[in-house]
Amino acid sequence: MKSLKIIVIGLVFTLLFSLVANASKFDYQLKPLKVADSTYVFVGKTEDFTFENGGNIVNTGFIVTSAGVVVIDSGPSLRYGQQMKAAIKAVTKLPIKAVLLTHHHPDHFLGNQAFEGTDILALASTVKNIKVEGAGFADNLYVMVGDWMRGTDVVEPTKTLAPGFLVIGEHKLEILSYSGHTSGDMAILDHNTGVLFSGDLIFHKRTLTTPHADINIWLSSIKSLSKLSFNVLVPGHGAVSHNKKALTEMVEYLTWLDVTFKKAASNGLSMNEAMQIKLPTKFNSNALLKQEFSRSVIHLFPSYESEVFKRLN
Amino acid sequence: MKRIILLLICMFSCSSVLAEDIVKDPLGSVQWNDMYNAFLSDHPAKFDDKIRVYAPDFAEDPMNVPISIDATQLTGVKAMVIFADFNPIPLIAKYYPKKAKATLSLRFKIQQASPVRVAVLADDDIWHIGGVWVNSSGGGCTVASTGRLAGDWADYLGDTYGKRWSNAKSNRVRFLIHHPMDTGLVSGIPNFYIEELDFVNADGEELAHIKLYEPINENPVLSFDFIGNNLASTILMRGEDNNGNEFEAEFVK
Repeated sequence: MKSLKIIVIGLVFTLLFSLVANASKFDYQLKPLKVADSTYVFVGKTEDFTFENGGNIVNTGFIVTSAGVVVIDSGPSLRYGQQMKAAIKAVTKLPIKAVLLTHHHPDHFLGNQAFEGTDILALASTVKNIKVEGAGFADNLYVMVGDWMRGTDVVEPTKTLAPGFLVIGEHKLEILSYSGHTSGDMAILDHNTGVLFSGDLIFHKRTLTTPHADINIWLSSIKSLSKLSFNVLVPGHGAVSHNKKALTEMVEYLTWLDVTFKKAASNGLSMNEAMQIKLPTKFNSNALLKQEFSRSVIHLFPSYESEVFKRLN
Repeated sequence: MKRIILLLICMFSCSSVLAEDIVKDPLGSVQWNDMYNAFLSDHPAKFDDKIRVYAPDFAEDPMNVPISIDATQLTGVKAMVIFADFNPIPLIAKYYPKKAKATLSLRFKIQQASPVRVAVLADDDIWHIGGVWVNSSGGGCTVASTGRLAGDWADYLGDTYGKRWSNAKSNRVRFLIHHPMDTGLVSGIPNFYIEELDFVNADGEELAHIKLYEPINENPVLSFDFIGNNLASTILMRGEDNNGNEFEAEFVK
């Protein structure tokens, strides 16, 4: 009996030690997934930020062109950016030509520091948003993922990118300027491979987030995305796919959110009462449904209330 | 000698009763005894699952944390005290429903992760306490209000927007009052907040009274459920802030 106890204690210690050892290496375990010719994605977990995942909850990617590598989003931290760079080096010896940022949320651009010296390109709205909110985001991520962030500072984009075609090497990249998830959402369509990097305009099997969202604008952006022809869809979060189903699911959820909030506000519900609303089971396959729905109430409900409230004095 | 020992034993046992007079805190907060002594010491307290307190686990926006309270499982509710143990100013509101349901919703500012509690005084003269932990990345109480930052708060001060929903049993009233609700914890901005609101119907029947404190959110949004003898009557709100500004609004059916 006693020896069993010792074995159990020993096992627990080994387990604890290995957990600590793993975390202390701060290894994001980035493995490039080839999604098309010369196109790779680092697929993140469909989780919220935690001390365990270090913020590896986002999809980043890269395209290897004859003129160098085009990186799409730089991840949540300096360490992520560095590890991304190392993982790219294992695929190609070509230098990094440019980093494109899809939007200003911290999990997409705080790895910029690792790419200093290269052109970092973003839409004008994104450049402005990073200037205003970047530092606050970085502080917040330190609180949410801890030491994974060590040494991370905000590095602003070096150049503004206008919508249109960006030709790098033989790759003809269409830069598409949208908004709705934030006030500046870039999507990138590679006309050579048919890969669409949608940024956070699309979440796939992971409930969308709304801290800077405008539902109606977002819906019209997705409508416009759905007119594009692409073979591979790389969403900002969630699995890579090969059809337009993820777009349809986004439209369904956003439309449901809008209708539900309108109804809740006009029925006189408080925020917490709105959070208790039963969620349709068809959305159950989306990770973090309950949690993100509650967050969306906080972000969006006040504007629905103000539509219902009338001046009383 | 025996007497002295007996006396000592008695003293010890008495003092231990005193120490345990304050019930143990299921939320495990080191501040609980201080909170009891500060706000609730006039009556005994017990933790009670009948007090339903709804608030998100995480303060997505630390300047606007929504809380809803439902104490309708108790009878004869006289008062509700709402406070957050670890806020620099813990007291959020004191609500006195007269002809109103024992429900309330409001939003408040949270400075760091804290238990958020509601103590409800019912007809048994005991504080029935419910509460939840709200986690936060912090900073809700020491940031200047957006009205201060924009400098235009005075243009909207006291403007009230809201709506009334009437049914056969009660009137729900929800509204927003424009007010910076400055905590006084930001350098150079003294505390400036709505202190109280009174609700009466057109017959002069008192429906409820609420005292608000600095942690209430900027441009407060509150919800009440009023009853009373004349459900069809217009409901009048009158309030005042700590600078003597007065506020009025009417909720017509």
